Amino acid sequence: MHEMAIAQGILDIVLKAAADNDAAAVVRIKLQVGEMTEVVPEALTFCFSSLAAGTAAAAAELEVEVMPLVGRCRDCGREFRVERFRFLCPGCGSAGVEIISGRELRVEHLEVE
Amino acid sequence: MEIKVMANILDKNDQIAAEVNAQLSRRGIFVLNLLGSPGSGKTALLERTIAALKDELSMAVIEGDLFTDKDAERIARQGVPVVQINTGGGCHLDASMVRGVLDRLDLERLELLIIENVGNLVCPAEFNIGEDMKATVLSVTEGEDKPLKYPLVFKQAGAAVVNKIDLLPYTSFDLAAATEDITSINPQIALITASCRTGEGLEAWYDWLRGRVAAKKAAAGRKGE
Repeated sequence: MHEMAIAQGILDIVLKAAADNDAAAVVRIKLQVGEMTEVVPEALTFCFSSLAAGTAAAAAELEVEVMPLVGRCRDCGREFRVERFRFLCPGCGSAGVEIISGRELRVEHLEVE
Repeated sequence: MEIKVMANILDKNDQIAAEVNAQLSRRGIFVLNLLGSPGSGKTALLERTIAALKDELSMAVIEGDLFTDKDAERIARQGVPVVQINTGGGCHLDASMVRGVLDRLDLERLELLIIENVGNLVCPAEFNIGEDMKATVLSVTEGEDKPLKYPLVFKQAGAAVVNKIDLLPYTSFDLAAATEDITSINPQIALITASCRTGEGLEAWYDWLRGRVAAKKAAAGRKGE
């Protein structure tokens, strides 16, 4: 279960940010998780709570914002929601599509006290 | 109080992966991260690849496995250097594990390093380990629905090998549907259909690898000048 490694990454970032800001406790953690990531939010929450026990983030609530999978066509510039993982431009048919959202695994902000 | 962070969770791993890649790239070594389900034929593909290319290319293998060294033994019998990483139950390799074994390989004159990841289509997709490219093995006995169920391992791969095509007559695997799904997830992918048992189709895989090794060497040569 790789959510454990990801939860550890979150905890490291959170505890460092809390310490840098002299916070006693972390109340909320806002995460951004892309649609095209291999992360199950429930598993992540479970792993995080077990790792965070006894730390300043022990009581923190994880809030996960799922980021939609959005592509941009390099040829015609069109931005579109990628459905069923089809990376072909619906406008011009080009196969040159880059991902501009949907791969996020990010700690966005914390609420501390 | 709100603290804005905007930090990538996998940054630490990505940084180590970049260090590993830089160390190997200085020597012009092409590094492949080989992915696929348990039983898809990753090790069989490696055995074939070594037998076909070991006289032509200087290669080494890192074997990722949960607990055993069974695959590493198979590779060692092929006569190329192999290093085992046991993850102790961990579902994927990470970059620090690879960094930790690099000093056990003789990197002088090495041209191709293949890292066989833990058999799993989910977890290894999120962890870069210092590779130049990923390649994903899918066997026809797994079913053609797998690319859409696990799109990330196909999206990130430079090549996909659809293996065990000798078994096609005995399965309901829809090769046309699998091809359509893989290439719409990743239009740039090199899609190779092959059988590691009969050897059919593998020449295209060897050619793909030869091309990658040559391109990496050329890029390193340009930088070194």
